[in-house]
Amino acid sequence: MIAATWRLATRLALTSAVLVLFTACATGPTASPSDPLEPMNRSIDRFNTAVDEAALKPLATAYKKHTPDPVRTGVRNFFANLGDVWSVFNNLLQFKPRQALETSGRVAVNTVFGLFGVLDVASDMNLDRNKEDLGQTLGYWGMPPGPYLVLPLLGPSTLRDAGGTAMEITVGDPIGQISDPWAYGGVFGLRLLDRRASYLQAGDMLNEVALDKYTFTRQVWLQKRRSDVYDGDPPDQPELPDNRKPAPASPAPKP
Amino acid sequence: MTPAPLLTRRHLLGLFLSVSACAAPAWAADEAPDAFVRRFTGEMVELVRNDKMIKAGDMNYIASVVDARVLPHLNFQRMTAAAVGPAWRQTTPEQKSRLQEEFKILLVRTYSGALTQISDQTVTVKPLRGAATDTEVLVRSELKGRGDPIQLDYRLEKTPGQGAGWKIYNLNVMGIWLIDTYRSQFAEEINAKGIDGLINTLAERNRSNAKK
Repeated sequence: MIAATWRLATRLALTSAVLVLFTACATGPTASPSDPLEPMNRSIDRFNTAVDEAALKPLATAYKKHTPDPVRTGVRNFFANLGDVWSVFNNLLQFKPRQALETSGRVAVNTVFGLFGVLDVASDMNLDRNKEDLGQTLGYWGMPPGPYLVLPLLGPSTLRDAGGTAMEITVGDPIGQISDPWAYGGVFGLRLLDRRASYLQAGDMLNEVALDKYTFTRQVWLQKRRSDVYDGDPPDQPELPDNRKPAPASPAPKP
Repeated sequence: MTPAPLLTRRHLLGLFLSVSACAAPAWAADEAPDAFVRRFTGEMVELVRNDKMIKAGDMNYIASVVDARVLPHLNFQRMTAAAVGPAWRQTTPEQKSRLQEEFKILLVRTYSGALTQISDQTVTVKPLRGAATDTEVLVRSELKGRGDPIQLDYRLEKTPGQGAGWKIYNLNVMGIWLIDTYRSQFAEEINAKGIDGLINTLAERNRSNAKK
């Protein structure tokens, strides 16, 4: 187990280091101020799409087709319950005692009465999930997201959130405690499959409604993360101007 | 550890419900905006639950339902103008109507896919902020069914005239504003190919979607 975790940690550290390096020196055509690394991001995105189309999507489609609904729901609940543990930790780091209590209540109930999380008994008891990750915690304490990043295999992120994800994989993930490499690989793969299967339909929709999938995904992701940091109610959301009205007079230039 | 799926089934559902929320004819004189949201979301959940053709996922039928019952409650011109950006002011009336038409087809497509996801959600509207005399309001609400609640916020504008009701001009599903998401994509197209280029791209996309 230690060896496997260590390997993973090294790999992640290396990836992060490379990413930071890129951040330091790469500059794009700066189409969007939140995405100075657009050229690099786009090429990683192309790589991810290729991997997805060659392996992940066909596997997830087969998984969805050949397993009964209750089985897949059970799998999803199980991993969500593990994820709740990390949320409790981050609720605490954000000094949100009510949410921490509620979410740890969820974990306790689902683990004990829900067959180690396979059944989501807690939701029927109106114990809400208060999902928080380390990226959100850092944002909560004022750290800006930094440039948009597309991570290899993991997909959309930001510099701040990539750091959070790295921590989660190395220390915050209960699956990392599995010592047998085959078992670890199996569980890891199943979780990946479950994630991918849950947004098969949304992926198809993305193909239809997005003019440019990359830009669409980026806009959605950055908005969503900002909203998450503020628990769905971000302050001073700039509203789009009503362009049917004449342009507002530009403010007088300062002397 | 993998970032959460960007658009899950719940997003789709939320997207649909948010617009469908206003499907029934407006009847109340000067209805409060939060009451409007509560009433229409409830009515739409009811409608979908009882319509077998929607449940079966008949796309053409669903598109016609969205067209007839949802769109009258949007200020679609304002939505399109906001998505196009400042360039809207330089467009001809003909370009304006084409942009609106193509954008409408694209969005109806979006909501149609989400419709089949509705089951037995209930809506909770959060307390309004701002003054009672405001003509533009943000109404925040939450849909609860099985699983995590879906955040659903609306920007509404009051239609001039007594009892004319409210129209939606932007909406937020789980933290994502719909029109804002299209804004930067449209800007990219306009920068590269101009307004007519954007119109062509939209038309092409709609044609290829229709073939599926």
